[in-house]
Amino acid sequence: MTVRVGVVTFPGSLDDRDALRAVATMGAEPVSIWHGDRDLGGVDAVILPGGFSYGDHLRAGAIARFARVMDAVRAFAHDGGPVLGVCNGFQVLCEAGLLPGALIRNRSLSFVCRWVNLRTENPSGNFTNWPDGEVIQIPIKHGEGQFVADESTLDRLERGGQVALRYCSPSGGVDDGFNPNGAARNIAGIRNQRGNVVGLMPHPEHAVDPDLGPTGGQAVLEWLIASAHARQPEHAVSAR
Amino acid sequence: MDFGVQMVVELKEGLADPQSRAIHESLPTMGWDNVDFLSVGKYFHFHVDAPDRDAAVEQATEMAERFLSNPVIERFDIRDVYVADAVPLETGE
Repeated sequence: MTVRVGVVTFPGSLDDRDALRAVATMGAEPVSIWHGDRDLGGVDAVILPGGFSYGDHLRAGAIARFARVMDAVRAFAHDGGPVLGVCNGFQVLCEAGLLPGALIRNRSLSFVCRWVNLRTENPSGNFTNWPDGEVIQIPIKHGEGQFVADESTLDRLERGGQVALRYCSPSGGVDDGFNPNGAARNIAGIRNQRGNVVGLMPHPEHAVDPDLGPTGGQAVLEWLIASAHARQPEHAVSAR
Repeated sequence: MDFGVQMVVELKEGLADPQSRAIHESLPTMGWDNVDFLSVGKYFHFHVDAPDRDAAVEQATEMAERFLSNPVIERFDIRDVYVADAVPLETGE
């Protein structure tokens, strides 16, 4: 059965249409979800896209977490459903408490918009379909992408293999020279303990079509779609 | 009864705060070389209809903890709680 991937549109979302298109490019069925919806329409995975939901007022993602649809997203995530938050979507997941830490103004104070190299991490191999130690290229475009958390939270993330992506050199070396925003420990993306909720600053939806450049985003969407696919039989049973 | 609340939210100390740093570092170029701390924050001013002052403070605190600040990166400080005019200033006579 084709996996149905929902993309939530908040007021101020920008990359929802690119995300829908990327889902289709990857062979899944894209489903538009409105921020005022009470349910997710039975989708198998959810993407919270990039942009400036609610104008980034107060803090990026701070208001979107109260959108009506977020109750359904929270329930879906708690049920083990795969959720991917990209850029503003990552900020929303942090504000909603679905992922630890927060994202603050870039170290440079400048908006950054460029391709970056990222090292995929899955050291224990616990998180199915997420590669470990591969270098992929995906673009970033953000003003508030500096991931921060207290040291004990960062240590816990490392211990649990919850760092999903790190900014790195073309050969995969992680050092501060390749850190575009000052993120703690070069962290570009993290996952929750269970591994079903992933948030990242880079935009995989802009990196799936070979006609448009590198296709590093495919690995991320493949994870999302494969995770959704793996849940389908259980899903069908619980739906009846 | 309407209580006015004034609250400040700032980034926690020790957290990288490039905006405050940029402003701070520009001060000496204008001759102010004796400022050894600067933090840019947010200021909230609102009126709460509450039975008494304690209730207003309690609600303001909850608002700060759950919404107006992000406890992961920010701290808040309620600077003032006062009895507000029943009629907002801009429409008052």
